[in-house]
Amino acid sequence: MPASVVDMPDEPAAQVPGELTQELFDTDIWPDEMLTRAGIPIVDTTFVTCGGGMGSFVMTDYLRVAGVPTSQIRVLSNIDVPWQTYEYLTRVSQVPRPERLRSDSQGMPDCLWGFPSYALRESRKEKTLAPIWSVLTEPVFVDYWTPRAGTVFAGLEKEVRRIGYQDMLVRGQVRMVRRRAGGGYFTILTPPPGTSATKRVAYRSLHVHLSLGYPGLKFLPDLQKFRSDYPARAAQVVNAYEPHEQVYEALLQRPGRVLVRGGGIVASRVLQRLMEDRMNKGAQTQILHLFRTYVDGKHNKWMLSRRRGAYGFAFQGFNAPKSAWGGVHTEQLQKLEGDARKHLYELTGGAHTPYRRLWLKQMKQSREEGWYTTFQGEVVSVTPSPTGSILTEIKQRNGGQGVIDSDFIIDCTGLEADIREHRVWADLLDHTGIGRNPLGRVDVEISSEVRHARSGNGRMYASGSATYGGYFQGVDTFLGLQFTAQHIADDLASIGFGKHIGPRRSISNWWKWLRHKELAK
Amino acid sequence: MIPTFIGRLQTRFFLVVFVALPWTLIVTPFLPGNRDAADGSVAADLYPVTLTALAIILVLGLVLWEPIYYFLQICRWEKDWPAMFFMIELIPEAILAWYVLKWIGPASDVATFSTFLWHIIPTWIIMWLFVLGPIKVLFIRWRFNGGRIFF
Repeated sequence: MPASVVDMPDEPAAQVPGELTQELFDTDIWPDEMLTRAGIPIVDTTFVTCGGGMGSFVMTDYLRVAGVPTSQIRVLSNIDVPWQTYEYLTRVSQVPRPERLRSDSQGMPDCLWGFPSYALRESRKEKTLAPIWSVLTEPVFVDYWTPRAGTVFAGLEKEVRRIGYQDMLVRGQVRMVRRRAGGGYFTILTPPPGTSATKRVAYRSLHVHLSLGYPGLKFLPDLQKFRSDYPARAAQVVNAYEPHEQVYEALLQRPGRVLVRGGGIVASRVLQRLMEDRMNKGAQTQILHLFRTYVDGKHNKWMLSRRRGAYGFAFQGFNAPKSAWGGVHTEQLQKLEGDARKHLYELTGGAHTPYRRLWLKQMKQSREEGWYTTFQGEVVSVTPSPTGSILTEIKQRNGGQGVIDSDFIIDCTGLEADIREHRVWADLLDHTGIGRNPLGRVDVEISSEVRHARSGNGRMYASGSATYGGYFQGVDTFLGLQFTAQHIADDLASIGFGKHIGPRRSISNWWKWLRHKELAK
Repeated sequence: MIPTFIGRLQTRFFLVVFVALPWTLIVTPFLPGNRDAADGSVAADLYPVTLTALAIILVLGLVLWEPIYYFLQICRWEKDWPAMFFMIELIPEAILAWYVLKWIGPASDVATFSTFLWHIIPTWIIMWLFVLGPIKVLFIRWRFNGGRIFF
């Protein structure tokens, strides 16, 4: 598991100089001398992006196209390549490289312009017109077309080289970001042991960008309780975002019952895997599927339409309605505050999965053959049975009670932890005074600048999942990272960092991109 | 595509004026028609017809078609406008434009129904191809601004 998925604790206190002092911990705004007193070396740069995942990469891509030299950007990260964490999460949740993501053809983290799209690229590579036909006729004749994971990673590798990403990358764990007396910020980095003369290094920059990914993935509380109460049985209860291949292997070896929880895309993928193992590899699995909210038909009216649903699932092509990436939805959301904004999020969010004919076909067959059963209910308790299985007691909406007996449970709910679970956000909440949006995550402006975090002429920005609940809903997607990065790059250009990307700069850079021409350092 | 209403109007204006118009200026002399009927130059006879056709596409688009499409668009859950829909727009638009052209357009002995079709269909395909790609290279904010270009 990459270190970025779980926030790693500090290394045990070795006797290395340059440690954070109590004075630093207690002071909200740091003067330069305070770091000198603590013996922490200061490295100067203009723009620091923390995270080093997809969000940081897309941000640097925009800035490089806006003409910022690599020397003015530093990416502080504990992973080697931007897609490392992403690839890990998609792989364990059943999307290996040849499988398709849930991402639009134009959501291209390796190409600012989204053209020529992934569909054209796959058409060329695989020598077929099918992807092009698909994007031109979606979603009426065919399902929304989405790229293979491998297509995305291969493109990223090229773009990483082209923009000189490795020259900007600094390895280490970001510990905290504090405002600097006189403007700008200090970002405290803990370099990997043995690579630095001091325990910490401070990056002094005018602007900071935070793209830290998920604060943490949370297990459903009842499953967490089961794992801690019955550690000997913990392996029977897994989260779809942790490696759980052993469950599929066990089910191939002997018949078993597996309970899938959740109604989102990860549940769809896990079902696909379980169903294909049964259809193609001879597994004799009984699949039990528990929805907390069982959707059967149209629901959630928004403007003149309602969302489709069937067999428990709500259907939506992508994480949010397609117009959330700059269309009608964005226009509407930018005018909403507080509860009104929260309400639109509730209408268009929740658990949902794309409408894919393959999945519906598999579910239909499995229902007819009697090895796939759905339930609706809230879980009351999860306990082990004397025979070695797990009993899930549920309470249905109509008041009925029931018990589901299964050999394994796969949690596909993808609960995200509170932002406070991440040390950097926790520190900013306590010492910089950043606020929370109506959904409890980091409060940002339309430009994606973090509210109440400005420091002199310096600005702090955030992108990705931590800002979900803001004026833009599609944050946690490829296209959303570009949407956000573009807003940030424009905001920075307006205060003199980087150039405005107008038609001329855009065309000339696109031409360079098309020819894989490396950008000037 | 995920246009907003104002984005639709701006994109239509841009496409007709900056893509369809130059194309029309180039292609008009080569369009089919009743060439024997021309008094002088075929082009001089055809230009008023093709330019009027284009003006009809622009004006009817702005005041009639785009509001209708926008209404249909917000009846969709995703509030998007798939690429295919743009292409299908041509059918009702071309039919109405043809009758309006016959009604208010300049008299011409050369222009025929086939002149109109050979002008409008390729023009539409070029506008469609333009929004599928090049417009995003020209205006990097277009796709995130609901199709707005000017303001």
